[in-house]
Amino acid sequence: MNGFIEPIIGRYVHVEIDGEVNRIYFEENGSGIPLVCLHTAGSDARQWRHLLVDDEFTRHFRVIAFDMPWHGKSNPPDSQYGTEYRLTTASYTATIRAFCDALKLDRPVVMGCSIGGRIVLNLAIEHACEFRALIGLEAADFQQPWYDTTWLNRPDVHGGEVCAALVSGLIAPGGPEVARQETLWGYKQGGPGIFKGDLYFYRVDGDLRGRTGNIDVNQCPLYLLTGEYDFSCTPEDTLRTAAGIPGAKATVMERLGHFPMSENPSQFRRYIAPVLHDIIDKQKL
Amino acid sequence: MESERVRQDDGSPVPFTPDAVIEAFKTIPELLIRDEVLTTRGRWLDVDCLLGPSTQPFHLAIRAGRIVDMAPAPMLMRSWRFSYRATPAAFAAYWQRMPPAGWHDLLALTKRGQATLEGDLHPFMAHLQYFKDLLALPRRNGFGGAP
Repeated sequence: MNGFIEPIIGRYVHVEIDGEVNRIYFEENGSGIPLVCLHTAGSDARQWRHLLVDDEFTRHFRVIAFDMPWHGKSNPPDSQYGTEYRLTTASYTATIRAFCDALKLDRPVVMGCSIGGRIVLNLAIEHACEFRALIGLEAADFQQPWYDTTWLNRPDVHGGEVCAALVSGLIAPGGPEVARQETLWGYKQGGPGIFKGDLYFYRVDGDLRGRTGNIDVNQCPLYLLTGEYDFSCTPEDTLRTAAGIPGAKATVMERLGHFPMSENPSQFRRYIAPVLHDIIDKQKL
Repeated sequence: MESERVRQDDGSPVPFTPDAVIEAFKTIPELLIRDEVLTTRGRWLDVDCLLGPSTQPFHLAIRAGRIVDMAPAPMLMRSWRFSYRATPAAFAAYWQRMPPAGWHDLLALTKRGQATLEGDLHPFMAHLQYFKDLLALPRRNGFGGAP
């Protein structure tokens, strides 16, 4: 409808991370339980725009999605221009905690996808008491690499094109074509070397095998959901991870791949709605 | 004929005949001619490569995104910059309108050991979406009677 203005509000918050103030862009809508959403590697928070305008969810949740530093509308930290970007378990964890602290969120729910799903596991390991619930999409403690990340940032290959082409295979076939293209557009717009830098966390620094067994879901419920067409973080990877965490709930999502919230929002909704309802129900106990 | 279709011991997810896979692969040049968007996507691409079923690969000469020659291997002393070869079972699955999970992408097939990628990979990676779409063209014809 011409002239329709979406209810999403986008603002910047100044967040001190590791001693430096970062100007972080975030979008939000709704009220209630804070629900912080983490985008995938090499993309940005636009992936969550459908969840952000969901009438039912935003009646119960203050849905917040932010662009990580170096991504989307969150610039690199002032001191870091010209350096090689590398996300680590420590820096990713610090960024999420600092963002939640800056907004003074009271025990938010955090939902992350891909690298966001991996870091959710680390939040469950190290900081469970700070969160009401944790949701990992396309999450596992480890997964086998399937390409050489040096192809992502070199002068003789277009970075945007190769990043998008690589992840295009992680989208389930048969979904809405526009949603597929929009998901890939995020990858075509990433800064040079940023996807690769995110994957340093995923491939090198963030191996959580052997550390997830101590996660206490009684302190903080943990939900893991993975698309059947995700051959990067496969359903088997997620189920193996969940099997080592007593009480973790794992779901394989049909007709979805690595980007459930953006590649096929209506299909994803079928799976995330029961999780969010479960979290609401637990608040009533 | 249905009776001629085989399920291989490697757990191939869809029935197929190796000959049907080869015949379907041979349709790619004609299908590309009819796809202006894909041809345009490859307009900066000039390469000689070896593509196709592992049992019968083809030498392709691509110029400005158009296939100007395609001939079955082996050809005496014909060179290529890179090759992508997949099992007939892999192509049969990849060409389904709704390919089974894990058989739906060229690099999913390499990860599961159903395809091999060799040689100088630069032209393949620099034009990755082109090659994914090029090798998916027979999907449009509903390979194997796929709905």
